[in-house]
Amino acid sequence: MAKKGDVVIQIEKCKGCELCIASCPQNVLAMSDKVNAKGFRYAVKVNSDCTGCANCAVVCPDAVITVYREK
Amino acid sequence: MKELRLMKGNEALEEAAIRAGVDAYFGYPITPQSEIIEYLMAEDTEKRTGMVVLQAESEVAAINMIYGAAGCGKKALTSSSGPGISLKQEGLSYIAGAELPCVVVNIVRGGPGLGTIQPSQSDYLQSVKGGGHGDYKLIVLAPATVQETVDYVKLAFELAFKYRNPVMILSDGIIGQMMEKVELFEQMPRSTKEYEWATTGKKPGKDHVIVTSLQLKPEEQEEVNLRLQAKYREVEKNEVMYEAYNIDDAEYLFVSFGSCARITQKAMEMAREKGYKVGQIRPQTLYPYPAEIINKLADQVKGVFTVEMNDGQMVEDVRLAVNGKVPVEHYGRFGGMIPSPDEILNAFEQKFIGG
Amino acid sequence: MAENLIKPENLVYEKSKSMTERELHYCPGCGHGTAHRMLAEAIDDLDIQGETIGIAPVGCSVLAYYYFDVDMLEAAHGRAPAVATGIKRVLPEKYVFTYQGDGDLAAIGTAETIHACNRGENILIVFINNGIYGMTGGQMAPTTLENMKSTTSPRGRDIKTMGNPLKISELVAELPGTYYATRHSVHTPANARKTKRAFKKALEYQKENKGTCLVEVVSNCPSNWKMTPAESNKWMEENMFPFYPLGDIKTPK
Repeated sequence: MAKKGDVVIQIEKCKGCELCIASCPQNVLAMSDKVNAKGFRYAVKVNSDCTGCANCAVVCPDAVITVYREK
Repeated sequence: MKELRLMKGNEALEEAAIRAGVDAYFGYPITPQSEIIEYLMAEDTEKRTGMVVLQAESEVAAINMIYGAAGCGKKALTSSSGPGISLKQEGLSYIAGAELPCVVVNIVRGGPGLGTIQPSQSDYLQSVKGGGHGDYKLIVLAPATVQETVDYVKLAFELAFKYRNPVMILSDGIIGQMMEKVELFEQMPRSTKEYEWATTGKKPGKDHVIVTSLQLKPEEQEEVNLRLQAKYREVEKNEVMYEAYNIDDAEYLFVSFGSCARITQKAMEMAREKGYKVGQIRPQTLYPYPAEIINKLADQVKGVFTVEMNDGQMVEDVRLAVNGKVPVEHYGRFGGMIPSPDEILNAFEQKFIGG
Repeated sequence: MAENLIKPENLVYEKSKSMTERELHYCPGCGHGTAHRMLAEAIDDLDIQGETIGIAPVGCSVLAYYYFDVDMLEAAHGRAPAVATGIKRVLPEKYVFTYQGDGDLAAIGTAETIHACNRGENILIVFINNGIYGMTGGQMAPTTLENMKSTTSPRGRDIKTMGNPLKISELVAELPGTYYATRHSVHTPANARKTKRAFKKALEYQKENKGTCLVEVVSNCPSNWKMTPAESNKWMEENMFPFYPLGDIKTPK
């Protein structure tokens, strides 16, 4: 079984480009209904299937995602 | 040890650059100053002092190499002539805007366009009014002898680093090509000084260094402009240089710079022999301009006469200095033609004495 | 379940140390940010942050000097390789890179690009190719594809009157001074990781004074292509990659 992971998203820096969503093999991410202070909808976690693969963070142009994974 | 040598102007200039501990020369061949890079290559400066010499693909590239080396806090030098100096204007504007030190030599030839390879002073306005886009100034030094050429190389780097501003040595083919006795200063070591404004790699615990001339906010750009203007006022206060001849009893004042001033000086002596009390000012710095002394002398003389190898460029600054107190007249030859002392004297008599 | 994984010992991926905290000004989904990050990560991995000097161009990445936490200079339009030459010649032990767009590198700066490569300057040239002038609002670039629309080719690029898209990486790969030329993208995690590996390789070659290394990143411009980021990446795969195929163009013998 894959290791468990988690992500922290700096929502105020997110520009809502959605590239992280397309890159996530576990479909962990989706767009928020709300907007941040810049008026962008931002990425949010919608389930706890994250494996900490870091794909989302690698393609994030704005470096808003930090990734953790159990040891 | 100081050393006396008989040297051609352009070669003396480069010998002085090597001895001044210049770190890098980037240039592109153009007559009448190609001896400069040839001399440096022949001297094998990389072995002699570690000075980098590179023939660039264009004057545009050369001045941007200067920008890079200057940004690292190094003593960087380039040289060219009229058409090449025009190509360097973009880079000079960026260097002035980013407040970097460098020295640029212009061995002026007649223009416009490709013009002529013969000596001229037709780049005066381009040199002293900035030359490229935006509100900036070059400090401009105008040697009249091979000795001054040598001394000004050292001075130019001192001023460039003192004010973090490009300095131009405005010379011409007469001085560049003539041989004169010259006293060379001793070899100076290349500097290892680190500057906090220079990009040499981010230091631990310090912010990274940014060299730029870009300001997106108008209030920040105005701040830069105000800082530059304050710097130029300091330059104007501290760095004016000129030579004065026979001014104590002068009733007429000649003003002439660079190679042309030597001929004008002869004309002044001939005028004295004919009984005209003529004095002369030879600006050694063209920016900052010796306006104060000229303004002061305008209270004493009946007229001011500028002689230039152009169609009247410096005369604009002389008129500003004289400020309408007395008549100001100009005599010039251009296109590579050099005025003779006789024709200068004739022109003076026609304009001021009545022919 | 619901064990809290968010603690320092579990950290596997964070923003590069060679990037500043500054928010990037690029449009949503623009590849510039990811390309910056991959280069910064390569600098981190090689532990050369204090030994690296970068040059920003004129174009969308004109403010790149705010984002890379290394000493940076802003060059005149197209002149970055000349500026890099000046730096590298006086500080040969430092790592020097330029970061340039297609207009900067392949139009106004073509001479500087070619001659720096031909001299084999020991620098890394990062070339972001999105086939359009982004900063000035979507004009035709030297790399704009045939029939591709821009504000100065509103009916599509007409080869007969507007010339051909320029494959500058292939062109400089022909020069003896160019040691390594390679083309990548940053639009998927796998591609971004490959781009980072190319940057690392290029910087390692620079340490060995092997010659000029050019890493092209074929990228998107959602704003001026007038697409969403996802659409722009798809369009890039379908239209840009056939003409600008990914992969090594010149590798060390």
